[in-house]
Amino acid sequence: MGRYVIRRLLQMIPVFIGATLLIFLMVNVMGDPIAGLCGDRQCDPATAAQLKKEFGLDKPVWQQYLTYMGNVFTGDFGTAFNGQPVTELMASAFPVTIRLTIVAILFEIVIGIALGVVTGLRRGRPVDTGVLLLTLVVISVPTFVTGLLLQLLLGVQWGWIKPSVSTEATFGELIVPGLVLASVSLAYVTRLTRTSIAENKRSDYVRTAVAKGLPRRRVVTRHLLRNSLIPVVTFIGTDIGALMGGAIVTERIFNIHGVGFQLYQGILRQNTQTVVGFVTVLVLVFLVANLLVDLLYAVLDPRIRYA
Amino acid sequence: MRGATHARWAALAAAAALTATACGGGGSGSGSGDGGAVLSSSWGDPQNPLEPANTNEVQGGKVLDMIFRSLKKYNPETGAAEDMLAEKIDTTDSQNFTVTVKDGWTFSNGEKVTAKSFVDAWNYGASLKNNQKNAYFFQYIDGYAQVHPDGGTQSADTLSGLKVVNDKTFTVKLTQKFSTFPDTLGYPAFAPLPQAFFSDHAGWLKKPVGNGPYTIDSYTKGSQMALKKWDGYPGDDKAQNGGVTLKVYTDNNTAYTDLLAGNLDLVDDVPAAQLKNVKADLGDRYLNTPAGIIQTLAFPFYDPKWNTAGSAKVRTGLSRAIDRKQITETIFQNTRTPASDWTSPVLGEEGGFKKGLCGDACDYDPAAAKQLIKEGGGLPGGQVKITYNADTGSHKQWVDAVCNSINNALGNDKACVGNPVGTFADFRTQIGDRKMSGPFRAGWQMDYPLIQNFLQPLYYTNASSNDGKWSNKQFDSLVNQANTETDTAKAVQLFQQAEGVVRDNMAAIPLWYQNGSAGYSERLSGVKLNPFSVPVYNEIKVG
Amino acid sequence: MPEPTPPEHHLPGAGRTPEDGAIADTGMGGAMDLATAEGETLEGKPGGPPGTGPSGRDAGGASGERARSLWSDAWRDLRRNPVFIIAALVILFLVFISLWPSSITWMSPLKCQLSKAQEGSQPGHPFGFDGQGCDVYTRVVYGARTSVTVGVLATLGVALFGSVLGGLAGFFGGAWDSLLSRITDVFFAIPVVLGGLVLLSVVTSNTVWPVIGFMVLLGWPQISRIARGSVITAKQNDYVQAARSLGASNSRLLLRHITPNAVAPVIVVATIALGTYIALEATLSYLGVGLKPPTVSWGIDISAASPYIRNAPHALLWPSGALAVTVLAFIMLGDAVRDALDPKLR
Repeated sequence: MGRYVIRRLLQMIPVFIGATLLIFLMVNVMGDPIAGLCGDRQCDPATAAQLKKEFGLDKPVWQQYLTYMGNVFTGDFGTAFNGQPVTELMASAFPVTIRLTIVAILFEIVIGIALGVVTGLRRGRPVDTGVLLLTLVVISVPTFVTGLLLQLLLGVQWGWIKPSVSTEATFGELIVPGLVLASVSLAYVTRLTRTSIAENKRSDYVRTAVAKGLPRRRVVTRHLLRNSLIPVVTFIGTDIGALMGGAIVTERIFNIHGVGFQLYQGILRQNTQTVVGFVTVLVLVFLVANLLVDLLYAVLDPRIRYA
Repeated sequence: MRGATHARWAALAAAAALTATACGGGGSGSGSGDGGAVLSSSWGDPQNPLEPANTNEVQGGKVLDMIFRSLKKYNPETGAAEDMLAEKIDTTDSQNFTVTVKDGWTFSNGEKVTAKSFVDAWNYGASLKNNQKNAYFFQYIDGYAQVHPDGGTQSADTLSGLKVVNDKTFTVKLTQKFSTFPDTLGYPAFAPLPQAFFSDHAGWLKKPVGNGPYTIDSYTKGSQMALKKWDGYPGDDKAQNGGVTLKVYTDNNTAYTDLLAGNLDLVDDVPAAQLKNVKADLGDRYLNTPAGIIQTLAFPFYDPKWNTAGSAKVRTGLSRAIDRKQITETIFQNTRTPASDWTSPVLGEEGGFKKGLCGDACDYDPAAAKQLIKEGGGLPGGQVKITYNADTGSHKQWVDAVCNSINNALGNDKACVGNPVGTFADFRTQIGDRKMSGPFRAGWQMDYPLIQNFLQPLYYTNASSNDGKWSNKQFDSLVNQANTETDTAKAVQLFQQAEGVVRDNMAAIPLWYQNGSAGYSERLSGVKLNPFSVPVYNEIKVG
Repeated sequence: MPEPTPPEHHLPGAGRTPEDGAIADTGMGGAMDLATAEGETLEGKPGGPPGTGPSGRDAGGASGERARSLWSDAWRDLRRNPVFIIAALVILFLVFISLWPSSITWMSPLKCQLSKAQEGSQPGHPFGFDGQGCDVYTRVVYGARTSVTVGVLATLGVALFGSVLGGLAGFFGGAWDSLLSRITDVFFAIPVVLGGLVLLSVVTSNTVWPVIGFMVLLGWPQISRIARGSVITAKQNDYVQAARSLGASNSRLLLRHITPNAVAPVIVVATIALGTYIALEATLSYLGVGLKPPTVSWGIDISAASPYIRNAPHALLWPSGALAVTVLAFIMLGDAVRDALDPKLR
């Protein structure tokens, strides 16, 4: 186990280098960011050249990449076009996004798995149909609309919440945004759990457990659920990235200055330093998340072993 | 992910918010108000560091407008340039100017505003090594070519055309006659700068210090800026409130919702989707006032297909196929007005705005449109593609509407289609590289309220914003004549003649004039927008 | 769709009891409501017993019964499953209007009168008008082609590519697994917006293929992970170990024993992803890199109507409803296929 973890940690190095290089190249391919800095006007050529020099854009791409990586290892992630250090941007964006992601994942785990278990045990009953219809609504109505309607209803009509999240972005303020963010993933988690539960409900060990006269609750939680969780855990592992880096719509609606928003801005403004910096951190998050998921497999199903 | 960035920076031209505000305090507001109360207002993260000569978008411009006062200021209602820090600006030949600075002005850190404060600031703004994006504002000053050469290294650090005579006086020598030069000095790039700007640049950027009615209390990049009233402000346009808190919003729709919920006092950019509800939501707490912005469709004149003998007819035909009235009513809910010339109503009749100058060419007439396009040789390639950038503003909507209007007029479903480009930078790059193959979105926000600013930068041969590379000798010579003309009325007349040349060739299709729109809470009174669509903060009363 | 017609025959001992037939029979009677339909699946007797089912063909092949593969069993079950039949009918209808949209419309989807923008239902325009004054009904019908093509093909591509790669990685483990998993990590790191702007902006073709290709490229890692996880679990099962010790080949193990037991989560994720891909197509269009105007699709209409939800909810409702029905059909189809593949339900 220990050796497995160490091996996985070592594998992070090539992934890290590969991902940063890929993103670096991609942002570079997008073209000349300076052209967008002067409004609806041609930048005068001298200033444009000077700006390129300042941001190091006049050098060949490989050299830019090496310089960048060199700086990254000394903790310098460069500066955004507005003169703000990228580390400062990250320091303000990541804590908020991490809190938002935690809220969303809690929703996925608590509500998603609960609904999944209920519907899996009661396939075909009204509750199952009801949840299926909710799932369809969540998939076919854009988060933009659900977010906006919730904001108007809860924030303006009923005054239960503040429509926008303040700079502190406390957990309390993030409950509604977290729910909106989690909504589509909730659909996945619910249906995955439902299917697994329905499948495993007929398996021998559950029959045995029932036959032994174990209380229903114990059968469901200890035997049925535990064995049904692997696909769900896998899904949530893959979803962390989408939640952290892709929460653009939710973050915009609720005025959350998080990773998704900053990344989106950085991409549109072709700000290599911001984009690569943020993505680099996200890659590390995926790597750790996936490692945890793989380790959880062994916990959930003791037959799975890692050498 | 769908997210129109409503940050206006892209839609707007290099300039923005430069207002100084009306003298005489009081404003038009009713009610007495609490002079100490602070209001909150929506904001977007400035795109550039907050240096006066480096700020070319409206969000940074808002702040400069509050913390700086220049030699001139533009009247928030009429847009006329009035003396602010300038005691007088004298000239005999429209080329050499002597500027006298008023006594008694200081920066909020106590430092006196002198002739040197201006000269140092202008030299800084013009110098290539400082990367100031508005450097070209100093291009008419003698010595600019040495300080800011088009290529290579600069051979001088200061403009030879600027000389400090004494504490109160300095002289400006221009490279050519430019009779309205003093009227351009209200632009924030011309603001004076304190010594602290040069001695502790990083510190100044964290918390800029200026000479305007407000001082910056705290500034958290990316989230908010708290400005408070500067009690020692020497001007007569003192702040009528205790301060302004600018809050950065990720989306103007969120700001609007916050206004409805009572968490925000002022939104200066009502989202298009809410315009239909704004009366029901806010009643009369909604402003919709003309701003110095015009939207046009420009054409690639470097493409031979658009530069044929008959292409002017095709362009005029396209112009006549666009139902401007219907589009401004339905898509923009009357926050834009159909254009009938190439300037803006904020200039006023005297300033050169002439309603109906476009004549028939801007009237919707499907039959005439069809006829003209046929006479002109038909649409190049059988189809026009209107190129726009998809990342800012909601351009898709009006481009689709314009295309539908053209398609309906020509009776062809595919005569016109939109052609989105992913990012603004890419859009600008394609324009710069002359890769446009058909009409493209062009927007112009005036730098200063002069008819010259609506024509010369856009249509003069090789001018900085002449994106279509249109070139016409007659137009150029009329503009040159107008610039040397010292009599304003005559100059305006010459500019209007030049505008007639633009019309006859349909160098760009004028679409509509844009208004500024704002909504505010019940606590506020005396809210208005200046011609640059920026709220006149110092006149707002709270309570 | 394959059309194997194995002889139908049920041995009483094959896990069916007479009561099952009774229940299934009432279901066949046409109560098409979802709860009932699902209820039958729940009870796990989707097919009718011999003689009562609609295609209760006799079979001379009682002896061939044992030799039948799991897959043909599944097919036989499917054909009798009302859930499957409804889903298939809906999908057939979608295919029909995708191919011949003009058969049930009478206007061009590109004909728009701005003066009618956002107006509600009126004679000749049952669903009203959208923000540009186009007829919502016509656009919903015409939008099916793009949306269904993109959704179905992208889902198929992602599901096949992802589950093959993920399944193999999970089955063989070791270095291949590490390599593949790390590659998925890199792919996860690419933000959709960046990927779209970079990869799609260089493409000039205005067909659905670049968009589908892009979705497959960015979508496969997720399914791959899910498939890998399920295969890792499935291969621990006793019957797999037993088959292995009996000398079954890898391919036999994978096809016969592991796939049917590992496919459920893939189906679940894929059917939901279908809906999200249809929406993603709109996001790409919104970014200016997807399908260029004047393409008509549900996603584009949904995203155009979204900001106006307060004023013209109908313009959002209809394309969203069409999307929901499509997703529902595929979810039902997926459920039916999964049930058919699960021997425990048989």
